[in-house]
Amino acid sequence: MIPERSSCGISETQDCAGKNEASCALRGEQLPARWPLDRRSFLLKAASLGMAGGACQILQPLRAMPGWAEPARENDARFIVEARFYRKLANKKIKCKLCPRECVVGDRERGYCGVRENRGGVYYSLVHSRVCAAHVDPVEKKPLFHYLPGSLAFSLATAGCNVNCKFCQNWDISQARPEQIPAEYIPPKRVAELAAQWKCPTIAYTYSEPVVFSEFLMDAADAGHEAGIRSVVISNGYIQEEALRAAYGKMDAVKIDLKAFSESYYQKVVVGELKPVLDTLVTLRKMGKWTEIVYLVVPTLNDSDAEFNGLARWVKGNLGIDVPLHFIQFHPDYLLKNLPITPVSTLERARRIAMAEGLHFVYIGNVPGHPAENTYCPQCKHLLVERAGFEIRQMLIRKDACPFCKRKIPGVWHA
Amino acid sequence: MEGFPAREKVEAMCKERTTSRREFLRNCVAGAVAINTAGQSTPSFPGRAVAPPARSRVSIARDPLLRGAPRRETGSSQGGNRVDPTRILVLLDQAVHGIINAGDPSGAWTKAVRPGQRVGLKVNTLGGRGLSTNVLLVEAICERLREAGIKASDIVIWDRDSEELERAGFRIRSGGNQVQCYGTDRVGYSDYLASFGSVGSRLSKILIERCDVLINVPVLKDHDGAGVTIALKNMYGVIHNPNKYHPDGCNPYIADVNALPELRCRLRLHICDATTACFEGGPGFKPQFAWRANTLIVSTDPVALDYSGWQMIERKRAAEGLKTLTAEGRAPNYIATAADARHRLGNNDPRRITVVETQVA
Ligand code: SF4
Repeated sequence: MIPERSSCGISETQDCAGKNEASCALRGEQLPARWPLDRRSFLLKAASLGMAGGACQILQPLRAMPGWAEPARENDARFIVEARFYRKLANKKIKCKLCPRECVVGDRERGYCGVRENRGGVYYSLVHSRVCAAHVDPVEKKPLFHYLPGSLAFSLATAGCNVNCKFCQNWDISQARPEQIPAEYIPPKRVAELAAQWKCPTIAYTYSEPVVFSEFLMDAADAGHEAGIRSVVISNGYIQEEALRAAYGKMDAVKIDLKAFSESYYQKVVVGELKPVLDTLVTLRKMGKWTEIVYLVVPTLNDSDAEFNGLARWVKGNLGIDVPLHFIQFHPDYLLKNLPITPVSTLERARRIAMAEGLHFVYIGNVPGHPAENTYCPQCKHLLVERAGFEIRQMLIRKDACPFCKRKIPGVWHA
Repeated sequence: MEGFPAREKVEAMCKERTTSRREFLRNCVAGAVAINTAGQSTPSFPGRAVAPPARSRVSIARDPLLRGAPRRETGSSQGGNRVDPTRILVLLDQAVHGIINAGDPSGAWTKAVRPGQRVGLKVNTLGGRGLSTNVLLVEAICERLREAGIKASDIVIWDRDSEELERAGFRIRSGGNQVQCYGTDRVGYSDYLASFGSVGSRLSKILIERCDVLINVPVLKDHDGAGVTIALKNMYGVIHNPNKYHPDGCNPYIADVNALPELRCRLRLHICDATTACFEGGPGFKPQFAWRANTLIVSTDPVALDYSGWQMIERKRAAEGLKTLTAEGRAPNYIATAADARHRLGNNDPRRITVVETQVA
């Protein structure tokens, strides 16, 4: 069983195969007109991001399907749409209002995420329909455990991210500018068609940071809904409230990576802020969005009892005891290669603390076969959903309730 | 008189064509230590473990007639905006002579490079035609490199993006027996991540596959975030993710980028183009803040050069009745960081900087 790669740090067991292969040795050769974007690189990237046992089986037919997407061309006007959340300032500057970073961007410059550019005082997203990774994944890989268990999600990403987590496993796409990585043109309607074609009831915006491709996400979600396909987002939650309501308002479920419960960790390891992420979680709760939380446990950096206690208390007090909370094992990568894999005992300690605080659905992730991957009824303690990695072995929930004691089990269980 | 770094040792450090990356990086550190212990005559060349030189030298050369004699009535130059190609060569020689005392102009360059080496000229073209590295200056540098025995095809003029190079007036060219010129967009970035301190970046393949020696040719500019952008910040054009390193006035990121071993091993000389500079509203070109300083600033120490350039900008701002960068809350603190014990990229203490100011007759 091969776990998913995710920018939140969900583990991987192989190296990324999709690094740009298009580099050219220059000695004595004519240069290509542009850094070439080839179909093979794109598919390799997709494969590297998917990597589930079943993923390649799913990709094979995609490779054999001519014209499933069009290769991107550099500076392709099709990718460029005016940004939805920004203000114009004097001297052709703009202030981005998409995420709390509020970049002030001069003419011909880009924001921190690298995928939004000021051109003559108008701010543009450069990544609409510019898909650098696409894959069909079990929804459990997101992980969303209380959302259509056993279903598939047509998962996609563009380049870019509005933070810079030192442990990012997808740094080669999340920390890249769009022109630096192979991509294909997949417009919203085509996304919905592909999802339907691959029998995915859901489109998932994931791998890099969907906040920075909000315009594409919103249009793809609309196209999906028109075709009867839902949308979920896997996000760091670092987004302003207006954009959150507009963009994630279109989602059917949300997974938020709460990377730690301390501002100093957010500042040093994430290059972001904790408070806006907590605000996002509260707003999602008010909006009634189905939300699950992932907490990547990084040895020595965010694994203290005090942090686990503080986190559990905050979740209970602000979101309620029924919000699923996933403690995920860290694997060294990117700029945090000097730390070990999180011991399973640490994850178990985190889970114990959260459950002692009264949270009902606390999971352990990236440890295939661990009993804490399963869902149990908080009332009668019966096993309700048995998982082995991303595989569903048993799914006993009926009519959103425990079949044994009839207690309601929160989530989106049935299509 | 200060000279160039111990060339052979630096070259040995940078033989990545025949060594693995791991060996290359190990050599960088080992080589740097060797340089440090090589004796007084060897000026500091950046290397991770190297202390900055006791003194640094910065040469500031001016030519008031670089664009022709000023018109009587208006005070503006008769040549307009265009730089005189002959005078800029003289100005370059004078500026380089300020840090390297050699008998003749090309003699100075043979202390920096030697035949067979591949030399990169990292220009700055973000400011379009109005505020980029001057094409005629770059041609003058190429001329001197050729005289020093560098083959035309072993010289590459480069920046991040080919379109930006073209907008700045450079002609894109590759292959054949000619000076090469193109952006990293044509070849991409290293597959591996180079890291130092808070920075983790891919590096331009032009740098790591095409340059044994790097000559930095930045522009003297105000910068709304960093305070100023001169030699040190120009290295943001070498990495794939400069957008990640603009918070907090680019501090400590600029220093961290410049401390990347792959970069440090190759950087030989900094020739700052202040023929047209900018004292406010940068880094983009705004005609009202463009400043025809008709000056070149040259040093082997990018920290000393940046410190001196910053002071020039402050003097100009004062003359224009503008607040200091410090008063505006955007002092370029990264310059001090680059000089600190962790980075040791050069000197920012004016007591340790010898500024040689000259004027073309
Ligand atoms: S979305 Fe990008 S440009 Fe906008 S504020 Fe966030 S990082 Fe800056």
